[in-house]
Amino acid sequence: MGEVSAAEPERREARAETGEPVIATRGLTKRYRGGQLAVDGLDLTVPAGSVFGFLGPNGSGKTTTIRMLMGLIEPTSGTARVLGRPMPRATRAVLPHVGALIEGPALYGFLSGRDNLIRYDSADPAADPRTRRTRVASALDRVGLTAAAGKKAKAYSLGMKQRLGLAAALLQPRRLLVLDEPTNGLDPQGMREIRALVRELASDGTTVFLSSHLLDEIEQVCTHVAVMAQGRLITQGPVAELSAGARGRLVVTTPDPAEAARVLKEQGVGDVVVTDDRVTGEPPDRDLAEVNAALVTAGVRVRGFTVERASLEDAFVALTGEGFDVAG
Amino acid sequence: MSRADLSAPQGRGELRDRPQTARTRRTTFRATLLRNELLTTFRRWRTLALLAVLAAVPVLVGIAVKIETGDGSSAGPGGGGGPAFISQITNNGLFLVFTALAATLPFFLPMAIGVVAGDAIAGEANSGTLRYLLVAPAGRSRLLLTKYATVVVFCLAATLVVAVSALTVGALLFPLGDLTTISGTQISFAEGLGRALLIALAVAASLIGVAALGLFVSTMTGSGIAAMATTVGLLITVQILDQIPQLHALQPYFFSHYWLSFADLMREPVYWDDLTKNLGLQALYAAVFGSAAWARFAAKDVTA
Repeated sequence: MGEVSAAEPERREARAETGEPVIATRGLTKRYRGGQLAVDGLDLTVPAGSVFGFLGPNGSGKTTTIRMLMGLIEPTSGTARVLGRPMPRATRAVLPHVGALIEGPALYGFLSGRDNLIRYDSADPAADPRTRRTRVASALDRVGLTAAAGKKAKAYSLGMKQRLGLAAALLQPRRLLVLDEPTNGLDPQGMREIRALVRELASDGTTVFLSSHLLDEIEQVCTHVAVMAQGRLITQGPVAELSAGARGRLVVTTPDPAEAARVLKEQGVGDVVVTDDRVTGEPPDRDLAEVNAALVTAGVRVRGFTVERASLEDAFVALTGEGFDVAG
Repeated sequence: MSRADLSAPQGRGELRDRPQTARTRRTTFRATLLRNELLTTFRRWRTLALLAVLAAVPVLVGIAVKIETGDGSSAGPGGGGGPAFISQITNNGLFLVFTALAATLPFFLPMAIGVVAGDAIAGEANSGTLRYLLVAPAGRSRLLLTKYATVVVFCLAATLVVAVSALTVGALLFPLGDLTTISGTQISFAEGLGRALLIALAVAASLIGVAALGLFVSTMTGSGIAAMATTVGLLITVQILDQIPQLHALQPYFFSHYWLSFADLMREPVYWDDLTKNLGLQALYAAVFGSAAWARFAAKDVTA
C-alpha cells in the first residue's frame, strides 16, 4: 500500500531485465478447501517474447494456474513471479502491464461496449484518464467492434463478447497478455483474425500466454508450449522440440504393399503397418534415400515416399497416454 | 503514457515537478473509479426503480392525507395512529417531509440500501466482472472502499429523493409557513427547511450501519440475489427483535434501535442524546462490519 511513489522506478527496472522469464513458478500448488488438488507442484517458465501455449484437457488445472498468476487466488504453497515480481503480493505494480482474458469475457449487460471498456480502464489506477477515450476507441477498432461500440453488451453475440473481452486486454500497451481460450465462440473468420492479432502483438515484443484445448491453434501460433494433465506439468519447451520428441512416421504409397512391407522391415523400419496402399513405419536411423533405393531395387513400384512430421496432437497423446477430451 | 501527443494545455500537470507526477496522478485516479462506480450504479435501471418507489411514498401519503382531510377534519384524531407528524401535515406541508422519512425509514429505505449494498461485491462476482476489475487492477481495498462510498452516497441520494419528493408534494397539496416544534415553540419556515435538511442527513446517517452490514454479506457469497435477500432478511429480523420486550438488554445494540431519534431534531432545544447514540452505533456498525468485509475480501479466492 505504502509504495505508491516507489512503484514507477521499480517498474522501469523490471523492464530493463529482459533476460528474466516473464512468468516463473516454483512448486506452485493449489489445494481447494474441499481437499481437491487442482495444481500440483508446478514449475513453469515462460521466456520473454514467446508465444506460449498452455495446453491441457478440461479440468487439468490451467485456469487455476492462470488465476494464481493473476493474483485472484492464493497458492497453497510455492511461488509465482510475473514480470520478475512476486504474485499475488505485487499485483498493483505488475497487473497494469498485463492484459488478461480469463475464462471467457464478463461484461455489464446494461452498459454499452464502449462504457464497459471505460469502466475497466477506470479500474486501473495506472491508466491515464486523459487518453481513456482514444485508447478505448483504438482497442475497439483493433478487435473490429467500432460499429457495435454503442450497443448494449447484453445484445452482443458470444463472438462479439469475446472480442470485447480481448479489447479490454488491449486497452494499454502490455508486456504480457494472458489469453484463456481466446477463440472460444468465434467463427472461423474470427479465429483467424485473433490468430493474426496474436502474431502481430507478439511481433511487437509482447509475450503472449495462450491457453487452449485446440491443438492446431497452439501449433499455428505458439513458439513454446507447456502441457498439463491432472494438475501436473507434463512437459514444457519450444514447440519444435516437443513435436520432434514424438518421431515422425515414414509413409510409402505403393500398389505392392506386401512386398514393400517386407523390404522396409529388412531395412530396419520398425512397427510396420499396412493399410490399403499405404505402408507406414518408424523411420530407421540410416539415410532414407537408401531405403527408397532398396524398395526400387526389389521391384516395388513407389508412388509416394515421405516422412509425416508428428503433430502436436501425436506428441500430446504420447505424453498423456490418453485421448484429448478426457477431463482430469 | 505518451504525454507529448496531448495537444491540450496541461496546466496542473506541468506546474508540478516530474517526481511529483506519479503521486498526483494516483490521487486523481483514485477518484475515477469512484466516479465510474457512481455513474454505473445510478445508470442501472434497478437503482432508478428503487429511487422511483421511494419517491412514490410521499406522493401516496400526501394524497391519502389530502383525501382523508378533504372534509375539513384533521388527520389522525388525537395523533393516535400513523407515522410521526402525520396529523400536522394539513397545517403545514413541510411536515410531509418528516412524515415521509418516518414512514420510509423502518423498511423502504433500508431495503433499498440492502439491495444496493448486498449486490455491491456479490453481483460483480456473480457476473464474473469482479475478476476483471481485480485484474485491471482495481486493488481489493480500493474496490471495497469505492463500493462502500457508493453505497453511502446512495443512502444520501435515496433519503434526499424522499425528502425532495415530500417537499414538492407538500408544497403542492398543503399550505406552507411557520411551524410549531414538538416542544411547542414556533420557528420560521426557513429554519424549518434547515431542520428538514438536518433530519434528512440524520436519516441518511442512520442507514450507514445497514450499508456496512450489506457490504459484509456481499463479500460472503457469489450470488447477488442471495446477498440482497440475506441483508433484507436481517433487516426484518432485527426490527422484529427490537419489538420483543424480553430482549430489552440487547436492543440498544440493534442498528435500528435509535432510528426514530431524528424526531428529536424537531425539539426546541434539540435533544441530542439519542441522536448521538444513533450516530455512535452506526459508526460502530460501519467499523465492525467494514473491517469484517475487508478481512474477508482481502483474503478471498476469487474463483467466479
